[in-house]
Amino acid sequence: MSYFAFLAEHGPTLLLGTVTTIKVLVCSTILYVIISMIFGLMRLSKNPAIQGIATVYIEFFRGTSLLVQLFWVYYVLPFFGLSLEAFVAGVVALGMNFGAYGAEIVRAGILAVPKGQWEAAHALNFSPAKRIKRIIIPQIFPIILPPAANLTVELLKATALVALVTVVDLTFEAKQINSITWLSAQCFGTALLIYYIMARFALVPFLRWLEVVAARKVGR
Amino acid sequence: MEMGFRWDFAYEILPQMLWATLNTIIAAGVGYAIALVVGLFFLLGQRTPSKIVNVINRELVEFIRSTPLLIQLFFVYFVLPQFGIKLSAWLCGMITIGLHFGTYLSEVYRGALEGVSKTQWEACRALNFSTVYTYRRIVLPQAFPIAIPGMGNYLVGIFKDTPLLSTIGVAELFHAATAVGGYNYRYLEPYTMVGIIFLTLSIPAAMWVRNLEKRVNVAQGKVK
Repeated sequence: MSYFAFLAEHGPTLLLGTVTTIKVLVCSTILYVIISMIFGLMRLSKNPAIQGIATVYIEFFRGTSLLVQLFWVYYVLPFFGLSLEAFVAGVVALGMNFGAYGAEIVRAGILAVPKGQWEAAHALNFSPAKRIKRIIIPQIFPIILPPAANLTVELLKATALVALVTVVDLTFEAKQINSITWLSAQCFGTALLIYYIMARFALVPFLRWLEVVAARKVGR
Repeated sequence: MEMGFRWDFAYEILPQMLWATLNTIIAAGVGYAIALVVGLFFLLGQRTPSKIVNVINRELVEFIRSTPLLIQLFFVYFVLPQFGIKLSAWLCGMITIGLHFGTYLSEVYRGALEGVSKTQWEACRALNFSTVYTYRRIVLPQAFPIAIPGMGNYLVGIFKDTPLLSTIGVAELFHAATAVGGYNYRYLEPYTMVGIIFLTLSIPAAMWVRNLEKRVNVAQGKVK
């Protein structure tokens, strides 16, 4: 069977899987950004309890394997009476894992804002919440976006793992087609190519564009 | 089915899990060793004067870096036999991990070499040192400390990615946990134990890397 015949027959299925992969990517990106913001701020809290919770969270999720976390959420949580749908379990595990990495980026970004900004906000009698929200957060984006972009590309690659908890994404479809046709080179090769195109020609340009926008917003 | 954590069951499977942990450590170690060497080759491809080699090398690295390790594993494991190359799951896993992380390590090496100031090269030129001598005695001793933190991070990274090997049937820790769980219809204890074993190994490792990083920074006088 020629490659084009293969594409004609199985291409649509792979594309359907790709749509699911994109859905997983978008949902888990939203979740991980929220988690990293919260835990990044908590990590800088002066309250030792809050800081401790954030540190334990970050160390825990960075210290264990994503696959283990994913399987734990999907197969072990039901033991505690909490059954999540595969898609939700995948998004939750990805979001929490990458949130831990993102929190460190946010923390470093906040620390990188010049001290004078804090002092000026203080001198102008801004409340602590307003200081963070109006002065510090807007300035961290140009700092955190480049490392966050790398992390997001890693996230796209990591979404492949959700196939192992039966989410019907691109990897799952590729495996499925492989087990029916045994055209391994074609189906895994095509899947690799689709991931490559998504990362190189869609995700990375988009994130670079975000970086430019963020830099322009703070007048650089 | 009994709810809650069953300690007796956990104790029963503990020896099995610890044996499998040994396999995980071996897999991570061998994979890392291969990645270190592969990284050197990618670095070489990047630094050869030939433009074509540079471009091919860069695209290859880009491709490997932006596709999931999981599918690369499947690709190597399922496709090579079609070309008559029959490798064991272990070997496939080690090769794939070596290739995947080799691309990351080549970036670490590159960053370290570029971290050595250009004037060092110029000074060696002025002293009429040969290129080999310059690398061996001047550049590499300075580049190596810069590379250490990155190299350490990827060792921990490889360690945390070894569970993926279970998908092609390498009998490491995660594979053992899945097998035990499937056999006894209890996943709570095996998977929880995998998590705890990973934590007890990777947190000290990460702390050691951080410590190393600090010491390197102090040795280079970068600490204010």
